[in-house]
Amino acid sequence: MADLAAAALAVAATVGVYALAVRLQRRLGLMVLHPVLVSIVALIAALEALGVDYAAYDRGGRLLSFWLGPAVVALGVPLYRQVEAIRRRARAVLVSLAAGAAVGILSACLTAAALGASPEVVRSLAPRSVTTPIAIEVARRAGGLPALSAVVVILSGVLGAAVGPPLLRALGVRSRTAVGLALGAAAHGVGTARAVEEGEVEAAGAGIAIGLMGVATALLVPPALALLAWLGLAG
Amino acid sequence: MLLRTTARGPLRHAAGLAVLLAFYALGEAAARLGRLPLPGSVVGMLLLAAALHLRRVSVSRVEPAAGVLLRHMGLLFVPPGVALMLQYELLRREWLPVVAAGAASTVAVMAAVGWLQQRLEGDG
Repeated sequence: MADLAAAALAVAATVGVYALAVRLQRRLGLMVLHPVLVSIVALIAALEALGVDYAAYDRGGRLLSFWLGPAVVALGVPLYRQVEAIRRRARAVLVSLAAGAAVGILSACLTAAALGASPEVVRSLAPRSVTTPIAIEVARRAGGLPALSAVVVILSGVLGAAVGPPLLRALGVRSRTAVGLALGAAAHGVGTARAVEEGEVEAAGAGIAIGLMGVATALLVPPALALLAWLGLAG
Repeated sequence: MLLRTTARGPLRHAAGLAVLLAFYALGEAAARLGRLPLPGSVVGMLLLAAALHLRRVSVSRVEPAAGVLLRHMGLLFVPPGVALMLQYELLRREWLPVVAAGAASTVAVMAAVGWLQQRLEGDG
């Protein structure tokens, strides 16, 4: 009984804090105050203040995070719609995204390793270029820290949505599909929100990038980590 | 079929949720039995997109439930993110490589995908 009450309290606290964080961001309009980041920081502070350990919190927390699996499955709906929308450019899109997935894994792992990160951190950064729920699953399977992957994915989403459009303009990228794909591939959910502001073609590109980067990254992370381990960079 | 009723309101979501859970289970089973190098949920996503494309599942049946999960997806990352409280020592030691790798790869992926797609479209 006490366990059930504690789990229910953890769920209620998480939902409540998240709802407040969503409102806070809407009120202030600051992208850095991403509701997920604000909620994580607020809940950690609350648990520390109350002396509750993570295992106790997670008895309720896992009732919520279970739904990450079905949420990834739900990404199949936008994926289906957008595959129809950009079918004529399918081959170019597949090539760009496969290359993007490889660039994402290698640039993250090599930068981290060059700056002296431990193998565990390198493994957590490998799935950086996918939407958070897929990053969490891939990190878990690859022996990384899912929490670290999730936070890095969200932070890079905020960064990518801010610097993306000017960076792409500076590179001479004018194709609206290319802008959308790049935003979705590098900045995931936050980038997609930005792409929606740019237009419908950009939004479709971002949506398909999220789905297909997820597949490409999940496939490429194990061999990439094996290669890095062989080079002595990922333990 | 049970789920082919013309349910409205909350029931519409319940039926869609049942379909999503079924595809999740199917994806997990396929990933495990086929020893696929993909998480079961990603396999489930691909199976669902394929089923929608082949008209085995109608979009209108799954869309309401999928919409709820996708709109509030952020909430679901919070509990795994709170696990960061187990990693203070690691974060204190390695925040620099973590932040640098995140920033460098964001810019690299953005540039690579945008530039390549532009080129491929221009040549094709």
